[in-house]
Amino acid sequence: MSDMALGNEHHHHHPFLQHHFEDLGQQHEASTLGMWMFLCTEILFFGGVLCAYWVYRVMYPEAWAVGAHLQQTGWGATNTIVLIVSSLTMALAVRAAQLGKRGQQLGFLFATLIFGTAFLVVKGIEYHRHWEEGLFPGSHFHWHEHPELAQKVQLFMCFYWGMTGLHALHMIIGAGLLLWIMWRAYKNHFGPEYYAPVEVMGLYWHFVDIVWIFLFPFLYLIHEVHHG
Amino acid sequence: MADTTEHHQLEHAPHVHVTPLWIYIAVFLALAVGTIVTYLASLVDLGMWNTPVALIIATIKAVLVILFFMHVIHSTRLTWVTVVGSFLWLGILFVLTFADYLTRGWSLFK
Repeated sequence: MSDMALGNEHHHHHPFLQHHFEDLGQQHEASTLGMWMFLCTEILFFGGVLCAYWVYRVMYPEAWAVGAHLQQTGWGATNTIVLIVSSLTMALAVRAAQLGKRGQQLGFLFATLIFGTAFLVVKGIEYHRHWEEGLFPGSHFHWHEHPELAQKVQLFMCFYWGMTGLHALHMIIGAGLLLWIMWRAYKNHFGPEYYAPVEVMGLYWHFVDIVWIFLFPFLYLIHEVHHG
Repeated sequence: MADTTEHHQLEHAPHVHVTPLWIYIAVFLALAVGTIVTYLASLVDLGMWNTPVALIIATIKAVLVILFFMHVIHSTRLTWVTVVGSFLWLGILFVLTFADYLTRGWSLFK
């Protein structure tokens, strides 16, 4: 980073203090607030999709229950636990950065990356199965168990692929960011004075975890509706 | 927020609030238990309560992650306002949408 060179000219300054901030404390606050502003847009982005999902779920409760029963609950539950563990390791990586423990930090970041990758692998197994079963919407869709529900179940699967796909895309971006943070941790950039990038990385990762906390019951665990 | 006085001692550095390890472990265990309870609750017929129960558990899990893993509990008021504001707007999105759809009973719902 070019900030390194800048730091030498202003010898009082921390190498990663950007010139437009008074001090590292202010810079840290600005980073955190900025990330939360971004997450605010993300909450409304996923919120819009969820809102559409609920409109159709209220309209077609039977099809939604059938759609959820086409999912492998065991894989979904496994992935929920995997993601929660990855959130724990991410939180511990931030803690290690705060304490200036480089080795621990690298270990926890690596663990987070491994659990994140495991999540994506499981998701890939599920996607493959759905594809084979003809549960991808469009001309490839071959589910006719209840012909009267087929179109509505296809709509459920649109939401399934769309929502889990957007979530998986966020996971892939998160994994890329983790690699970058790991590189910086390896270069010993972080410590009690400066750990904002790790903190902000954590905020993003936990947000993606929260999205899945809602997607799991919404897509895998719909109880059959019994009404006339 | 209560610790701002200590913050002034380290004028140039961010205020580091290191969460004790046991809190992270406790939150993790609560999240794992929440996941198991959500799964088990979905197997039982709770009538109209299946969906609200799943929603309540997911919301509790999300709040735990936000407060402890995302450190909002120790953040500035500005961050609190941003976080609460996000969910307020999400609430507006849902309330206005469903105020429309749920009152169209004559055409959409059997």
